[in-house]
Amino acid sequence: MNRRVAAGIVNGLLLGMAVVALFPLLWMAAASLMPAGESGAYPPPLVPRHPTLDHYRDLFARAGMGRYLANSVLLAVCATALSLLFNVAAGYAFAKLRFAGRDRIFKALVGALVVPGQVAMVPLFLLLKQMGLVNTYGGVIVPALASIFGIFLVRQYALSIPDDLLEAARIDGASELRIFRSIVVPLLKPIVVTLGVFTLLGTWNDFMWPLIVLTDSSLYTLPVALASLSREHVQDNELMMAGSVLTTLPVLLVFVALQRYYIEGLTAGSVKG
Amino acid sequence: MRRRGAAWWFVAPALVVIGVFFVLPVFAALAMSLTDFDIYALADLANLRFVGVRNYVRLLSTPLFWQAFGNTLYFVAVGVPVSIAASLCAALLLHSKLARFKGFFRTALFAPVVTTLVAVAVIWRYLFNTRYGMLNYALGHLGIAPIDWLGDPHWAMPAIILFAVWKNFGYNMVILLAGLQSIPDEYYEAAHIDGASYAQRFVHVTLPMLSPLLILVSVLTVAGYFQLFAEPYVMTQGGPLQSTVSVLYFMYEEGFKWWNLGSASAVAFLLFAFVYALTALPLRRARRAHPA
Repeated sequence: MNRRVAAGIVNGLLLGMAVVALFPLLWMAAASLMPAGESGAYPPPLVPRHPTLDHYRDLFARAGMGRYLANSVLLAVCATALSLLFNVAAGYAFAKLRFAGRDRIFKALVGALVVPGQVAMVPLFLLLKQMGLVNTYGGVIVPALASIFGIFLVRQYALSIPDDLLEAARIDGASELRIFRSIVVPLLKPIVVTLGVFTLLGTWNDFMWPLIVLTDSSLYTLPVALASLSREHVQDNELMMAGSVLTTLPVLLVFVALQRYYIEGLTAGSVKG
Repeated sequence: MRRRGAAWWFVAPALVVIGVFFVLPVFAALAMSLTDFDIYALADLANLRFVGVRNYVRLLSTPLFWQAFGNTLYFVAVGVPVSIAASLCAALLLHSKLARFKGFFRTALFAPVVTTLVAVAVIWRYLFNTRYGMLNYALGHLGIAPIDWLGDPHWAMPAIILFAVWKNFGYNMVILLAGLQSIPDEYYEAAHIDGASYAQRFVHVTLPMLSPLLILVSVLTVAGYFQLFAEPYVMTQGGPLQSTVSVLYFMYEEGFKWWNLGSASAVAFLLFAFVYALTALPLRRARRAHPA
């Protein structure tokens, strides 16, 4: 086959797939700017004829979107910061520190990876109810504080830290905490960023658990609020599109800014893992 | 001695969280699935009774459970091959030396993966609209009569599969692309010198080299697709005629709508046991062929 024809086919197909991948997102943004009812015309309009920010104003003024946005930001940031602390410390210890039963515990953790989180959901709900955490921010965050996958990812990366470096610091009299803070964490920075992006996007997008544990609508995260709005406002096309933009734009921006770390972590976790 | 103690301080917080909020509930779920834990037991534990395997027996004779199981199986059996095929096509295109603007295309094709499922499900619900949806409009140009995507029991699951493939194919695409990039160029050069066509190189070099990774990716996707929940929750609410009730959707309603928590735990365990039986063996085989 002629090389130029082949190049045309390859790039044409890529362009076609990219259009399919991006079209729903672009249409969401366009429809969110249309006056109420315009997107329901036939044939479906692609660009707003009279762009308006009314729906965004409505969402904040009447639907309490500001509150949900704040809930989502707060929960995602807290869950990410705390779980990074827990997972990085544990992953490092499993790779580089000695303690009784280390390898057996690690093996058991990796074995437990096959159990899906949903199996634990019902008793977890009762447990948090006992602890008074149902319908609180704490109830959403607590189960996300440590993840086996996160510990695994950090451990695999931390194995490459030279033991001599840590020994030298110990001989100089540095405490384990000091070694962790000033030597280990800087060396682990790439994997910390990767895991951070993973956790941030994961907690932001999470739906089933917040849906179960939050009953008071003033605590809803954006996905839970959006699902409940969409059940009430089935007809308000443009309003729902504006809500979808607010929910999904923050994660898309984080991804575009940090995609190198995200995709590296993804391939590190499966191709090498 | 002091050093040994220090190590425990590093692992203890994570292990306590995993132990209390994951391991303990998993065992508790097994125990609960053998009780009649319901709304009365929720109010007063004195109402709790041990019922043995009665929850399991009752579920296996509940038509809606089997329907949910069948729907989920349909979603997995059709959705996974289509997803993997889309991922592989995209990865091959991105890997081609002829492709341009690779960075842009990779980002564009991956974008749906990071979007919030609930938000994009809301968008697709409008794209699927029978009267003014973009999909039927596009199909109209091909001379295809409007399809009632989310209102017809025969089309609701295909619609959800279409949506899931759009949302997920970028994930495996990135993994398969890394796999393609790790195949040494010499193999292709040797095949080229021997006069192999593109199709022959694909069948005799690419596929064998990629197959352990393809199996791994397929198995993980199967396990993931069995957890279907938010798509029907947002797009169809399990309907029409319960054609999109998934096992997890059934568990959610059983547990958190009707508060049959014992029965819901049994559903979770049945799903887990089935998925484990289905995926453990091929996964072990793939790991053996693709170590490190």
